[in-house]
Parts: sequence; C-alpha cells; structure tokens
Amino acid sequence: MSAMDSNNTHPEHDVQILPGVHQHEHAHAHAHAHAHAHAHDHDDEHEHHDTFITKYIFTQDHKMIAKQFLMTAIFMAVIAMLMSIVFRLQLAWPGKSFPILEPILGKWAPGGVLNPDFYLALVTIHGTIMVFFVLTGGLSGTFSNLLIPLQIGARDMASGFLNMLSFWFFAASSVIMLFSVTIESGPASGGWTIYPPLSALEQAMPGSGLGMTLWLISMTLFIVSSLLGSLNYIVTIINLRTKGMSMTRLPLTIWAFLVTAILGVLSFPVLFAAALLLIFDRSFGTSFYLSDIYIGGQALEHNGGSPILYEHLFWFLGHPEVYIVLLPALGITSEVIATNARKPIFGYRAMIASILGIAFLSFIVWGHHMFITGMNPFLGSVFVFTTLLIAIPSAVKAFNYITTLWKGNIQFTPGMLFAIGLVSFFITGGVTGLILGDSALDINLHDTYFVVAHFHLVMGSAAIFGMFAGVYHWFPKMFGRVMNKKLGFAHFWLTFAGAYGVFFPMHFLGLAGVPRRYYSNTEFPIFNDLVDINVLVTWFAILAAVSQIIFLFNFFFSVFRGQKSSQNPWKSNTLEWTTPVEHIHGNWPGEIPEVHRWAYDYSKPDREEDFVLQTTPLTEKEIAEGAH
Amino acid sequence: MTFLILAVIVLFVLAGIRVMSIAALSAELRNNRKDDIITDAENRNQGNLWVVFLIAFFGFCAWQLYAYGDKILPEAASAHGPAIDNLFYTTLALITVVFILTHIVLVFQAYKHAGKTGKRATYFAHSNKLELIWTVIPAVVLTGLIAYGLTVWNDVIYPGDKQATVIELYSKQFDWTARYAGKDNTLGRSDFRTIGEGNDLGLIEDSKSDDDIIVKGEFHLVKGEPVQFKFRSRDVIHSAYMPHFRAQMNCVPGMETMFEFTPTITTAEMREKLNNPEFNYVLLCNKICGAAHYNMQMDIIVESKEDNLKWLAEQKTWAQTKAAATQTAATNQESTATATLDK
Repeated sequence: MSAMDSNNTHPEHDVQILPGVHQHEHAHAHAHAHAHAHAHDHDDEHEHHDTFITKYIFTQDHKMIAKQFLMTAIFMAVIAMLMSIVFRLQLAWPGKSFPILEPILGKWAPGGVLNPDFYLALVTIHGTIMVFFVLTGGLSGTFSNLLIPLQIGARDMASGFLNMLSFWFFAASSVIMLFSVTIESGPASGGWTIYPPLSALEQAMPGSGLGMTLWLISMTLFIVSSLLGSLNYIVTIINLRTKGMSMTRLPLTIWAFLVTAILGVLSFPVLFAAALLLIFDRSFGTSFYLSDIYIGGQALEHNGGSPILYEHLFWFLGHPEVYIVLLPALGITSEVIATNARKPIFGYRAMIASILGIAFLSFIVWGHHMFITGMNPFLGSVFVFTTLLIAIPSAVKAFNYITTLWKGNIQFTPGMLFAIGLVSFFITGGVTGLILGDSALDINLHDTYFVVAHFHLVMGSAAIFGMFAGVYHWFPKMFGRVMNKKLGFAHFWLTFAGAYGVFFPMHFLGLAGVPRRYYSNTEFPIFNDLVDINVLVTWFAILAAVSQIIFLFNFFFSVFRGQKSSQNPWKSNTLEWTTPVEHIHGNWPGEIPEVHRWAYDYSKPDREEDFVLQTTPLTEKEIAEGAH
Repeated sequence: MTFLILAVIVLFVLAGIRVMSIAALSAELRNNRKDDIITDAENRNQGNLWVVFLIAFFGFCAWQLYAYGDKILPEAASAHGPAIDNLFYTTLALITVVFILTHIVLVFQAYKHAGKTGKRATYFAHSNKLELIWTVIPAVVLTGLIAYGLTVWNDVIYPGDKQATVIELYSKQFDWTARYAGKDNTLGRSDFRTIGEGNDLGLIEDSKSDDDIIVKGEFHLVKGEPVQFKFRSRDVIHSAYMPHFRAQMNCVPGMETMFEFTPTITTAEMREKLNNPEFNYVLLCNKICGAAHYNMQMDIIVESKEDNLKWLAEQKTWAQTKAAATQTAATNQESTATATLDK
C-alpha cells in the first residue's frame, strides 16, 4: 500500500487487515456503497457480536487496548509510588521504626525498620516499574494506541491481533514483575540497570537468585510487547494515513510516536541480547560478563568476560530509552499547548527536525553513562561531544514551546497546566545534563544524588506530566466524559510543588557527594549536616503521593459520573475530534474524512472560529498564500 | 527548616481539606457541567498562580542555596580539583542564567496571555530568523563548553609523566584494602585463584610482592606527591569515590582501572580549615554492590613526606606478615603436638 492510499479507496484490503471491522454482506443503497462495506451505520448489529470477553478483555479495538494500557499503567504507577514512599521514610528517618510497615512487608521490615536488602529491592523495582511499565508501556501503549488511528484517519491499527498480543504480553510481564516482589528471597535488587556480576551471582545478594530470574523473564515479555506495539505503530503510520494526510500534515503527536517506535524497534532487541547473555551467564555457565571472580569462599570458573560489555549493551538501549520515554510526552505537549494557546505550534518543521535530531543523537551518546567505568578516556571525549550536542535540538523545542504561548489566548485546562509544567521540568532537568554530560564533571558527580535529581526531573517528572496532560486532554475521547477541572487544578499545583520539592534539593545532596542507592547516610560523618534535606524531601514526596488521591478520585469518578463531553470539547483541529463521542469499531460511521490542511490552523486570520478542522478544504486565498 | 516543615504541613492541611470536601464536591460535580470550558476568571487565576509559583520556586531555590550552599562541593584537596570546580561553576553560571530567563519568559507568557473571551491569539506559525537564532546561539555556546570540558578532562585523565607512587585499592563486599608497592614501587602480580587464608588479595609469591604493604581501615597519602591508584575488584563492580579529591573510578572484576591525582591539603590542615578535629577524608563505594553498600568505606590521611615515611616504616610488608603467620602456625602446631604427647 502506498503512503498516500486512503482507506476508503481499498475497502477489501482494509477489511482483511482490520479484524475489528466486519464486512456486511447485505447491500446498501448508498452512493458510496463500497465505503459502507466497513462503515457502521448499524452499530446495534455489532453489539451482539461483542461478548464481554471480546469487548473488554481480548479486544482488538485500539481504543479499548489504549484504556487497558492506561489502567495497567496507573495500577503499576501507584505501586511504584508507594514503594518510593517506603524507602523515602527510611532515608529521612534512618533506623526509625514505622510499625505500619511490619504487617505490610513482613520479614522485610522487622520491628517496622526496613531491611537493607529490601531497601535495594524497592529502589530497583521502583525504577524498573516507572521506567518500563509506566513511562514506556503505559505512555506509548496508551497514547500511541489511542491516537495513531484516530489522528491519521485509520479505522484501527494495521494489525489488531498483534496489538492485542502486545497488551497481553505487557500484562503478563507486569504480573510477573509484581509477583517477583512477593517471593521468599526477594525481587531483583541490583538497581534497575542490573549490572553484572552483582545481578549474575546469587552469592552476591539474595535478590540475584529467583528474583533476578523473574525480572529477566518479565523484561523479555515486556520487550516482546514493546516490539509488537512499535512495529504496529510504524506500519500503521506509514501505510494507513487517510487521503490528504501527508507526513507534513501529521500532528506532532504522531511524529513523536513514530520516532519513538523506531527507537524502540532499534534498541530493545539490544537489551534483549544483553538479557539473554546474562541468562546464559547465570544459568548455563558461560562467561560473557564474568571473569576473575572470587565470591562466597570460592574462585569461580568464569573466565574472559567483561561487565563493561554488559554496560555497553545495556546503555545502547538505555539511552534511547530515555527518549522513548520523553518523546511521546513532548509530542502530547506540542498538541496540548497548541490547542490551548489557540495558536499554531511554533516552528512545526523545526519541531520535526528536532525530534529526528534527538532520535539520531540518542543512539550515539550511550557512553556518557560510562565515563568512569574504565572505558578508554578518548572514547569518553567522543561521547562528551555527541552528548552535549543533544542540547541544541532540545533548546529548539523549549524555545518553540515558549514562543507558541506568546500572544496566545491561553486556556488553562488541567491538561494545559501539565503541559506547561512539562516545559518547566524539561528546562530545569535538561540544563543539568550539560553538567553530567561533561566527563570531567561526571568524575565527581557520577552515581550521586545529582544524577537522581537530573533524571527524575527531565525524564521522570517531565514524562509523567506529559502523561497527565494526555490523560486530561484525551479523557473525553477515551470515556466520552470530561474530568473535573477544579480537582484537576488542585492536582496539578500540588503535584508540581511536590515534584520540585522532592527533586530540586537532591542536587545539593549530590554536590555534597552523597551517593545514590545508600540505605542510609548516617555512616559518614561528612554527611551529618545534610540529614534535614532528606526529611524535607520525604515530606514533599508524601505530599505528592497524597495529591495523587485527588487524581485517582477524579479519574474514576469522571469515568462514570463526569460531565458528558461534546464531540470536540477543546475546539481542536485534529481528526480524532471528528469521530462520534460514543466509541464504534472503525471510528467513523461513514467514510473516513479527507484531510486538506495541517493540524495547527488555530486563530487563523479571516476565519470566524479560532480553529479550523483538518478536514476543512483550503480556500483559494490560502492556496495562493502557499498553504499546504 | 521549621518554617519549611510548617509550610509543608499547611500544604497538607490544604490537601486534606480538598480530599475531605470530596463529598461536597461530588454533589457539585453533578450540577457543574462546564468542565470543558475554562472561564475568564479561572484563566486569570491560573495565570496569576503561575507568577505565585515562580516567586515561590525561586524563593525555594534561593533558600536552599543559602541553607546548603556552603556544604556543596567541599573544598577540593587535589591538584586537579580546582580545574574541575571552575568548569563546574562556569557551567552552573551559564545554566542558571538560562534556567532563570526561560522560566521568567515562560511564566510571563502564562500570566500575560491568559485566555479571555473575545480575545484572539496571533497567528504566528514560524520564523526562520528566530529559529536560526536559537539554534546557532546554543551551538556556539556548546562548542565553547565542549572545548573547555575536554581540555579539563584531558588534563585530569592524562596527568603527564611525573613519576607517581603506585597504590592499589582492592574492593570486595564490603570493604577496601590498600596495597603499597613498597621499595621497588612495583606491585606484585596477583591471581584470583590464589586467594585464601592469609592471602586476601590473591597475590602471587615472588620478590615483587614480598615488599608490598597491605593496610585496612585507613591509608596514607603524601601532600604534593602524585599518586597513581590501580583498582581491582574481587566480586562485583564497586566504585572508588573520593569526593574531596574529585576522584572516582569503577573497580571492575576481571580488569584493572586507574586514576591519578596529587593531594594538596593535609588532613591536619583541612581539620583546621573546617574547625573540625574529627574530620577525615574518606573513600566510599559509589556503585551498588549489595546490602552493606552504604557502609563500605576507608579513611584517607594526607600528611607530610616525613610522617608518611614514619607511618610506612611501622607497617609490615607482606613477607613479614607471612613469616609471622608461619611462625604462629608453627607454634600452634608445636603446642598441639606437645599436648598430644602429654596424653
């Protein structure tokens, strides 16, 4: 199928690849009979095709799959957040007994004091869940699935079946990851980067036994899920765009999802390779990562391997992964900011170029995680160069967001607040990248709290705010209702203050030399006068966590009781708002609309309304002015 | 601090009120059917809140700088330290300016252009000139920063050919051992398969290792004398982090890594400067290595050449340690034998 093929010129093809869409045998007396073959004037007829299982569980409809991803991600995020509160309590009040912990954690918190092994387990699983399950699976899974078909004008994903598999692999990997927390010897505890030999040898720590095996199985399933999803996204965006939807008319969300999917397809297999070799080393006696080790009173047979190889493989995924997390959030922000500033996104083509630039550079900067591992210092110099270059496309994006707000007519919807919050985090967290990316400075700051502060702001908080912006903005598209705005305001401001309160002070800890992943800082007199920073941080963490109750209440209340949404509640230009509020298979009841313009004609002069749907044909005057 | 805790508590109470008034709100929710429309008053409020946020945020940053500013980056005690600190402060100054300016501009937009009924946004889709400006300026600044950074990196990593004292730092779960090369300034070779009773570091017996000096708990350096560290690990990856010397290098099983620096301030001098007689330089582990990772440390004493020679003379060489061990073992064996005979 060529890129410009519209769906409605090849209905036969569509029906073949869209399992959710059944072809009706009976003829329609209609001018566009062939288009009707997969269109649904007869929704009622479809209701009884869907059992509970095919509609809510093993569904192949992208909109339902998006909701499944979102629900799973919310559940996982709550767990990971609670974990962070538990270890924050230990960091603020080391050794203090919190009687509430014992009944919950059992032997891991004897007398209500967290055990050091389980502290590391919590840090590890918190990181794993947040990075992979919430911000990769959750963010891409929810919004790529929801928005790709709706915004490009397709009836569903290229393969609904693979899409369904993608979710169920994700669900299975989530279950295994959570299950691993409950086992006798504890879950993986070597940090989310699971560097061998620590992760390879059961003698090194209890979490490197069965817990690590489960971690690896879970991540393998996760990678399968991610690859199935990404392939689907790429194929759908390339092949199923509606008539008139050229690449330069795509909303920036779709550009971001496309590039994210490409990054995933290119980098996750490398993580899979790394994990596979680790499994070999752990279970079959190979020596890819192990050499010259004496542990538990004996010298091991492993010979000739290098942990540095693992680090290279891991970070070859690990760094693009940062952008797999961040790009969708930036895409969502572009869309939400333009819509609510009632202005075209500033520098549309520059935004695309910067997405591509960031994506390309993200593949050649992984070594900045390894400046002081013993890697050749000259290689370090090369990685400094490539790493700092990423600041250029990033700066372009930040400035373009700000310029989009300039002389706008800003509607502060909760989604918009979160989008602006993302821009703030992106700047605050991004600028410290210039420090950590500089190898000479990394000597002193590597693996300290400065790093924790940096990535929690620039990829953690920013991406989660992008996700929140997306949830508030497209909630009407998902559930046909609008979330309560006042609760949204409260949720935003408390979370925003909470996140800065948690992560900003960590810069100071890091600069004072406090290493990350320390069970407590009390063993070092030099850190004695920094204890109250940890208390402050923990209070803000609790504030931020409590604020999420507002969100959860608002979310679930609004699903059932929220205000019913109109078709286009935010007066947006993009195609998803031309579909009916009620979800139907195939998205549009009639023909798929044709697209005539880009997605950002907000407040166009000479127009009465301050938005112009992409389906509105260009006027003579616009064509004369060179509009495309 | 108390003020801040109070502030947090106030925020809590506010959050609590929010949550508790949910019942009341939910009744309101059913009647309030305007969640998709932000009123002019709400837009104005939110626009103003952004200004409040910015002031509070900058205030928070300034307060932290005031409260903790003197605890960050403790005075550098190595020859290369000040170069790293200068690079840091230069970069910090630059990014602070960017951080402050962009936030002011961002929040100003939110404040100034808050939505109003009847107002219309300006259709402004692109400007090659602006795009060029904010591509080229960062590119130029970064070029300078990269050049500066790499110069410092090269100076630190390739410190020149001045003869340095060799010291090995050996890591295992969960402690450090330091080994001095002895008179020949050459470390004896090692093999992990020889690790055992009395040979914690897995040394190979030969003339090179006999004069090596092995110490635990603390190790001593000479002020003004370059020292080249060689790092090894027995089990998992550790990281030798000496924050006061701006020095860090991973210890990787299966390979040897290196880092070289020159201490410039003795422990006694630093204690005086800090007015803290308890102060000690410290080596800590900075790569997650297991349950006791948070307490894997060794003290570092920097002293004059004379003091150092005196201290070294008090330490046993490996040959002496072995001899003492053999003697003890022999004595033990003898006494056991005697005891048996007595029966």
